Amino acid sequence: MTAHGHGDGDGLRIDHHFENADQQYQSAKLGMWVFLATEILFFGGLFTAYTVFRVNHPEIFIFGHHFLDKGLGALNTVILICSSLTAAWAVRAAQLKQIRMLKLMLVLTMLFAFGFLGVKGVEYNSKWKHGLLWARQYKPHVDHEQATEVQSVEVSIAGAEVGAEVIEHDSAGDTVTVESEVILVGEGGAPVPVPGEADRSKIAPAAEGPAGLAAPGSEEADDSFEVEPANAQTFFSIYFLMTGLHGIHVLGGIAAFIWLLIGARRGDFDSGHFTRVDMVALYWHVVDLIWIYLFLLLYLID
Amino acid sequence: MSNHEDTAVHVASVKLLVIVWIALIFGTWLTVSATYVDLGAFNIWVGLAIATAKAVLVALYYMHLRWDKPFNGFVFLGAFIFLAIFIGIAMMDTQAYQPDLIPGYSPGMGG
Repeated sequence: MTAHGHGDGDGLRIDHHFENADQQYQSAKLGMWVFLATEILFFGGLFTAYTVFRVNHPEIFIFGHHFLDKGLGALNTVILICSSLTAAWAVRAAQLKQIRMLKLMLVLTMLFAFGFLGVKGVEYNSKWKHGLLWARQYKPHVDHEQATEVQSVEVSIAGAEVGAEVIEHDSAGDTVTVESEVILVGEGGAPVPVPGEADRSKIAPAAEGPAGLAAPGSEEADDSFEVEPANAQTFFSIYFLMTGLHGIHVLGGIAAFIWLLIGARRGDFDSGHFTRVDMVALYWHVVDLIWIYLFLLLYLID
Repeated sequence: MSNHEDTAVHVASVKLLVIVWIALIFGTWLTVSATYVDLGAFNIWVGLAIATAKAVLVALYYMHLRWDKPFNGFVFLGAFIFLAIFIGIAMMDTQAYQPDLIPGYSPGMGG
């Protein structure tokens, strides 16, 4: 983005190395497009890795994608498309000097961006709980249902007493409180380990052990799929790298929108100087554009 | 004081923005629906075609490429051309040594 004086009343200063405002604007724009081209190539490396792995080992992707929630992925796609609409609308508002509309659209775009990250957080959390992580961190524990069942019975017996206590003492009898108590108190009042690290399977992934991990029975599996293929962790490495890098870009977008909002409050765009809004919106559209492909390639396999 | 309004700057109408939005939402619905129809190996190409149509809509209308200087579009398109070259040559490379691989032997895969 070219320098521009935000101190002066007109809001637009033409730097000395530019002929006129149009040349300054066009230069900023060309610079932005070059940056966006590098962004495509930045993600392009990961898309290339994806293609090579998928063509050579399609079974890993067919297996792995069953653990992703199509519904949440589609929801995030819709959220990003809505944010693209509001971002494009923000540019229009800035062009027409509709400052109130501009602020509204910037806030809406930001809210959509936060919504996107919220949904992503829910998804990451579910992967984390099931040990479906990248490379060596991939320790799925979807197979020891028996152990989980036994534990849950014990907990529910102990929890019934605790839960009753809670209801006795708390007239509210909030179920959320009861549930949180259940997790923490086991048989004989001994604390049950918090699910997470200790809850993970000690059985090595299929790549290391001959028995391997049988995935059927997983609560997340929506239909039947075969035994886990070797190196299933590769799918999750690619998933976290691609969505993670994309998520960082969403964070960057939020920062940029805050910057624009501060500018709008200060009156930077009152004179119809919309270059900054235009450039941030271009960036945001690329973030949306990349997600369109991520959604297709990660969630909609098969 | 000079503004961009003096020069050729396109202001997209609300109607156009909303129409593109509807098309994008429809495209998303279509992509998801298409996965429930089994077309075999063809599925991925249908999905990619719809995704690319969506991407083109975003680039042409939301990113103003349709009214922009063609050179900007050329720069952006250039990134995709180079990406295609990257993926194409990477694929040729990986296909070339497939026959030499030892089945089940995959060191460094983090297993």
